[in-house]
Amino acid sequence: MYKILSKKILNPTVTQMEIEAPLVAKKAKAGQFIILRVNENGERIPLTVAGVNANTGAVKIIFQIVGATTGLLNLKNEGEYISDFVGPLGNPTKTEGIKKVCIVGGGVGCAIALPVAEEFKKLGAEVISIIGFRNKDLLILEDEFKACSDRLIVMTDDGSYARGGNVTVPLKELLESGERFDEIITIGPLIMMKYVVLTAKPYNVPCTVSMNPIMIDGTGMCGGCRLTVGNETKFACVDGPDFDGYLIDFDGAMKRAKTYSDFEKGRREEVCNLFNKEIK
Amino acid sequence: MPNMSLQKNKMPVQDPNIRKNNFSEVALGYTEEQAIDEAKRCLNCKNRPCVGGCPVNIKIPDFISKVANGEFLEAYKIITEDSSLPAVCGRVCPQETQCESKCIRGIKGEPVGIGRLERFVADYCRTHKTEEITDIKKNGFKVAVIGSGPSGLACAGSLIAKGYEVTVFEALHVAGGVLSYGIPEFRLPKSIVKSEVNELIKKGVKFELNTVIGRTLTIDELQNEYHYDAIFIGSGAGLPRFMNIKGENLNGVYSANEFLTRVNLMGAFKPDSATPVQNAKNVVVFGGGNVAMDGARVARRLGANVTVLYRRTEKELPARKEEVEHAIEEGIVFKFLTNPIEIRSDENGWVNGVYCQQMKLGDPDASGRARPIPVDGGEFLVPCDCVIVAIGTSPNPLIKSTTDGLETNNHGCIIADENGATSLENVYAGGDAVTGAATVILAMGAGKTAAEEIDRILKG
Repeated sequence: MYKILSKKILNPTVTQMEIEAPLVAKKAKAGQFIILRVNENGERIPLTVAGVNANTGAVKIIFQIVGATTGLLNLKNEGEYISDFVGPLGNPTKTEGIKKVCIVGGGVGCAIALPVAEEFKKLGAEVISIIGFRNKDLLILEDEFKACSDRLIVMTDDGSYARGGNVTVPLKELLESGERFDEIITIGPLIMMKYVVLTAKPYNVPCTVSMNPIMIDGTGMCGGCRLTVGNETKFACVDGPDFDGYLIDFDGAMKRAKTYSDFEKGRREEVCNLFNKEIK
Repeated sequence: MPNMSLQKNKMPVQDPNIRKNNFSEVALGYTEEQAIDEAKRCLNCKNRPCVGGCPVNIKIPDFISKVANGEFLEAYKIITEDSSLPAVCGRVCPQETQCESKCIRGIKGEPVGIGRLERFVADYCRTHKTEEITDIKKNGFKVAVIGSGPSGLACAGSLIAKGYEVTVFEALHVAGGVLSYGIPEFRLPKSIVKSEVNELIKKGVKFELNTVIGRTLTIDELQNEYHYDAIFIGSGAGLPRFMNIKGENLNGVYSANEFLTRVNLMGAFKPDSATPVQNAKNVVVFGGGNVAMDGARVARRLGANVTVLYRRTEKELPARKEEVEHAIEEGIVFKFLTNPIEIRSDENGWVNGVYCQQMKLGDPDASGRARPIPVDGGEFLVPCDCVIVAIGTSPNPLIKSTTDGLETNNHGCIIADENGATSLENVYAGGDAVTGAATVILAMGAGKTAAEEIDRILKG
C-alpha cells in the first residue's frame, strides 16, 4: 500500500497528489512515468512523474479526471492509501547538448512538461515555455512555469485569459522571427502535438514528443503501447515515452487511443453513479 | 499384482459444450480410487527411466508406490524433495515428451499417468495437509531472486530450505510471473498459484512486488547497497514478437501477452472488471504453440468464433497435443498451411480481415522441420474483427541494458553456464531469460540448479 501524502485540486478536472514511494522518488527523472492501481481489482494506469522529493520520499503526480480510474483516484484523500505504485518506468528526457529549448505544453500535459522545463533550467539552458489551455478555469501551474522559464507565453483557446488562440500561433511567430532552438519538446493532447510538429517542420528544428498510449505492465511485456515510429513498431514503455516527433504516426496513435472509449464511458458513468449514491 | 490395463485412467473433464462458456478448470482431477488404480499401473522398474525424463528428477516410482498404498501425504513429501510447485507442474508440464515418454508401460499401451498422479497428490495435500513448521537454521547469507515466475519460485524454494534469507523482486502487482499473467484460469487456477506462493511466504521467503529491477533498483545496488551475497535472475522472456507485416498496429490487434494479461491477470473476463478487453465476434490467432492455444481458448470463452492460422500442418503444431484436442473440442477452427501477410481495416482503423498466403511444405529447414513455402496465386482473405499474435517472445532487455558486464547472446538471452553462473560474479540466471521461451518445468529445473550452485559457492 502506498500513502497519499498530500492532495491539491489544481482546477475542476485536474488534481495533484504526492504519493509516498521512496525508491521511486530516489530514481525518477524528468520524462519518466509510474503505473498505479487505486485498489484491489483496479486497472493499471500510467501517469508521468510531475516531480519528486528524495528527502521525503514523495512522488508528485498530476492527473486529469477522464475515466473511471482517475475518478476513483480523485475520491481518495490525504492520509489514505492506494494499492500499487511502480516505477520509475520509461527513459528520462534527453537533455545533453541542449542550450536553448522551447517547451510546448497543452492542458494536463503541462504537468508533465513542468519537470522537463525545470530540469533544463537547472542545467543552465535557456527555456522558453508556451503553455495552452481551453479556458481560464483550466489554467494550471502558471507560477511554476514562470519560475523556471526565461520567457513564458500563456494561451487560452477562447481568449478568456492571457492571449487567445492555440500554442502553435506563438510557436510559429517565434520561429518566423528567426528564433532558433536546439530542441522543441511538446507534451499534450495527440492532436496538439501533431500540429506542433507540423509547425516546427519547415524550420528544421528537432522536435521531441512525449507519448502516453494505452499500457498495462509498462515493462515491455504486453506490447499494448506500441506505436508506429518511422515505419517501425516501437513500445512507448521501453523505447520511449519520448520520440522524434517527425517520425510518429499520429493518426494511427489517435485511433489506437480510442480502442476502449466506449468501455471507458460506461465505466466512468458507473463510478459517477457510485459516488452519487455514496454522498446521498 | 500391478494393474495391467493398457490405458491410463481417463482424466475427468468438463463437457466441451459447457466449458467453452466458462473459465473454470477443464480437467477435474482424479478421485482417490482413480489415483490408486492408476498408481498400480506402475511396474516400479529397476532402471527408472521416467526419473531421467524429468527436468527436476522427481523420484517418480517412489511417490507413485506411496499413492498405490493410499499414503498420499507421504507421496507429497517425496515429490517436494525435488519440486517446489507440484500442483502447477502436474497441470502444465508436457509429460508426454518428458517422464511419460520414457515409461516402460508406454511401449505397449499408454504410459502411467504420472502428471495426473502428481496433480492428484498436490491437490489432495493442499486440502488435507496439517501445518508443519520446520525450523530451518539460518546460515547468514542473503540472496535476491529477480522475477517470481517458475524459475524464481523454484530457486527461492530451494534456497529457503537450505537456510538462506531470500527476497523475491517482482515487477507486477501479483507474484507468479507467467503462471499469473499468461496461463489461463481454466488450465491453471490462480488460487493454486496463490497457494504455492503462500507456501513460500510461510517458509520465510519475502516478496517485494511492484519493483522493477533495472528501473526501481539495479543489480549493482542489490549487490553493493543492499549487500545480497548472490543474485538469481529469472526475469523470463516477456517481450512479445510481431510478424512485421502491414496492419499490426491497428485497433483490435493484440499480442498474446496483452490479450492474456488483460484476461488472466487483470480479470477482464469478469463482468465488473475495471480492465477492458475487446468484445470480439471473430478472432484470428497467429501461431501454433501453447500460448496460441491459450489465446484461442480464452477468446472462445469470451464468446468469439476463433480461427487459428498456422503456416505448417497439424503434425508440426508445437502446442501440446492435449491442448490442441481441447481447443478442437471447444469449437476452435484450425487453418493449416496458412501464413498471414497483411492485416486489413475499416475506415476507423479497426481490423476487418487478414489477408493470407496459402503455403505448402518444402524441404526441412535448420530446425529439421519442413519449411513452409508459398503456393503461387494462393492468396485469400479471412474476415475477422480481432487478431491475436502468438508467434513467440524474446527476453526483456531491461536488466541487460542497465547492468554493466552482464553478457547476452545475439537473441538477447543472458549467457549462463550449466549451473546458472553468468559473466558477473555471484550473479546467476535461469529460465526463459537464458533459454528464450521454453517450458515451466525447464525454468524450474534451472532455478533449482542455480540454487544448488549458489549454495556450493557461498558455503565454499
